[in-house]
Amino acid sequence: MLRLFAKTLKTGIVTEKIKRPDASELDALGIEVKRQVDKYFSGSIAIRAVDAGSCNGCELEIHALNNPIYDVERYGIHFVASPRHADVLLVTGPVARHMQTALLRTYEATPNPKWVIAVGDCAACGGEFGVSYASCGAVANVIPVDIVIPGCPPTPETLVKGLLSLMKK
Amino acid sequence: MSEVHSNWQLALQLALEAEVIPHNSTVVNNLARWTISADDWLRFATIAQQHHLRWVAGWAEQREDTFVVNACFASQTGYLWLQTELHIEKPQLPSQATIYPVASRSERHTQDMFGIHFVDRPDSRKWTRHCAWKKHDYPLRKDFPLQGMPEVITPANMDYQFVKARGAGVYEVPVGPIHAGIIEPGHFRFQAVGETILNLEERLAYVHKGIEKLAEGRTPEKLVRLAGRISGDSTVAHSWAACRAMEQAAGITIPERAAFIRGILCERERIANHLGDIGAICNDVGFAFAQMQFSRLREQWQRNSASVFGHRLLMDRLIPGGVKVDLSVADCTLLTQELKVLRKELDETIPALDLNSSLEDRLFTTGYLSPSTAATYGVVGYVARASGQDFDVRRDVSYAPYNQLNIKVAVEEQGDVASRVWVRIKEVFASIKLLSQMLTQLPEGELVTAWQKPKEYSEGLAMVEGWRGEIMTYVRFSSDDKISRFYARDPSHFGFLALEKIVLNNIVPDFPVCNKSVNPSYSGNDL
Ligand code: SF4
Repeated sequence: MLRLFAKTLKTGIVTEKIKRPDASELDALGIEVKRQVDKYFSGSIAIRAVDAGSCNGCELEIHALNNPIYDVERYGIHFVASPRHADVLLVTGPVARHMQTALLRTYEATPNPKWVIAVGDCAACGGEFGVSYASCGAVANVIPVDIVIPGCPPTPETLVKGLLSLMKK
Repeated sequence: MSEVHSNWQLALQLALEAEVIPHNSTVVNNLARWTISADDWLRFATIAQQHHLRWVAGWAEQREDTFVVNACFASQTGYLWLQTELHIEKPQLPSQATIYPVASRSERHTQDMFGIHFVDRPDSRKWTRHCAWKKHDYPLRKDFPLQGMPEVITPANMDYQFVKARGAGVYEVPVGPIHAGIIEPGHFRFQAVGETILNLEERLAYVHKGIEKLAEGRTPEKLVRLAGRISGDSTVAHSWAACRAMEQAAGITIPERAAFIRGILCERERIANHLGDIGAICNDVGFAFAQMQFSRLREQWQRNSASVFGHRLLMDRLIPGGVKVDLSVADCTLLTQELKVLRKELDETIPALDLNSSLEDRLFTTGYLSPSTAATYGVVGYVARASGQDFDVRRDVSYAPYNQLNIKVAVEEQGDVASRVWVRIKEVFASIKLLSQMLTQLPEGELVTAWQKPKEYSEGLAMVEGWRGEIMTYVRFSSDDKISRFYARDPSHFGFLALEKIVLNNIVPDFPVCNKSVNPSYSGNDL
């Protein structure tokens, strides 16, 4: 137990400051806000992550949001276990046809108002997989998308900025 | 007969002759390939099993009006590639899954994708097919267009017949395809009594993206890009396997420096994933300290990957013939320094894990996979090594740069979650050693051997020890430097099968920790 405390103390606080991006920074990151967010989320966003067919690379970087360096909970951004508790669906991957109905049902189950963020090049445009017998391609081909965060995969920093763009100043 | 035939192959050959199974043997890129008649497919499996061969993979291919069906087997020291041909009018052969249960899902995949019928197979349900294409359409046949004929909305697959359990107090827990967490989709059907799991059945292929079909007609560079997205966490390993298979087909040897850099990338990938998983396993039993420390270490590691190699997950760093990235002297110094720091951090953190009694209580004896089940299923990677199976492609069927390094393989016998954690911790330390060997021995020279258009229809079959275990990749070219067939068997194929056994008699709430200790890739499995 002592070792544990010693290591924790020695490590200290490693969390880094990340500023809310302005329009030009969003532009530079390639983050595309398709729907004007009429009411900004104030203080809290509940996110349901849905992998609709990703290679799992995007998931690794979404996971990193909870590491002590990015620690998105401090912004009130938290991941929830059910779409019924969510404000935002964070969707990765091209939408595999085998996941199409599941994604539609998840969207239905999310209460209004809801936002959909397409994460990664696959979600943005189909990426390496495109549209085929097995893939519907971009998330926007299946459900309405409000924000697109590109990258293969997007870095955690880009993800945090994309999420912060939803929050009130 | 070629001299590459080793003792175990000779013994097998004698057994085939005794059983009067005619076979033709050729050597393709140092690998023995035996062609037999389709009627002998099952008898071969029986003999292979008597000789304790492990089933490695099965795949098929259409060549005009012929189906070529392949299976790969392995001994402790080498591989054997088995092949047979079927006429497209009569696409059937006996199932090997009655002898090798691990071949079952592979045969079901081949049935769904080619319409090849495995007679007497133990499980005749579909596997990769849900509802995105019709029963008598076969996506990997050459006349099936990449676009297929999908409906506007692909319905959910409702008619799948799950195994049922009946009896007082038995209840079912269906989970997924979408799980409560940041994980890939798949369906799990538990049968439980109280909290105890009686049976687990997996239904996968939700993230089937048609990778095999997408590969057809690609150029070598484009294939590597695709292979690097079979499973994002194994991007280096899969692109390496694809490169090795294509380089064999083209008869190219890559420069030594390129092989070393590939090795460095692959060991970095191994460490990154183990760090992430060790933390996550501890977190699944509520030990947040480890999660915080290990995810911090992983983040630092990924940042160095980005600053030295230009990508946090090391995607797209390999190209056919070599690598795209070089290391300067300053980079090597930085990486050597990084290894020192990591070792020190681990020396401070791991004793805190080791001495923690609540962690011990939750991880010991949980999720047990017996050495005999591990052997029967032919599992690979750390799951196998935590259950006493001493095999590692890097050491046992070595390839550059590992054939010039001193490889230590960590093996544990207890087969529980704790064993898998320990094997992974030891693998992190072993990889640190390998990395420092590679950094000091890094040869001078080129980064790429110029690509040469492979001969018409040339083939390659390559194995790579990725962080999850052995990856097998097959490539065949057409006449114009384009891919005509690509197949990659991710170690997750075995991971998922092992998981169904591992959870038995555990409590339902321990499923996440059992799952994380194996961590199979859905994307890698579903292709
Ligand atoms: S965007 Fe890249 S990392 Fe994300 S799912 Fe697609 S291929 Fe994988």
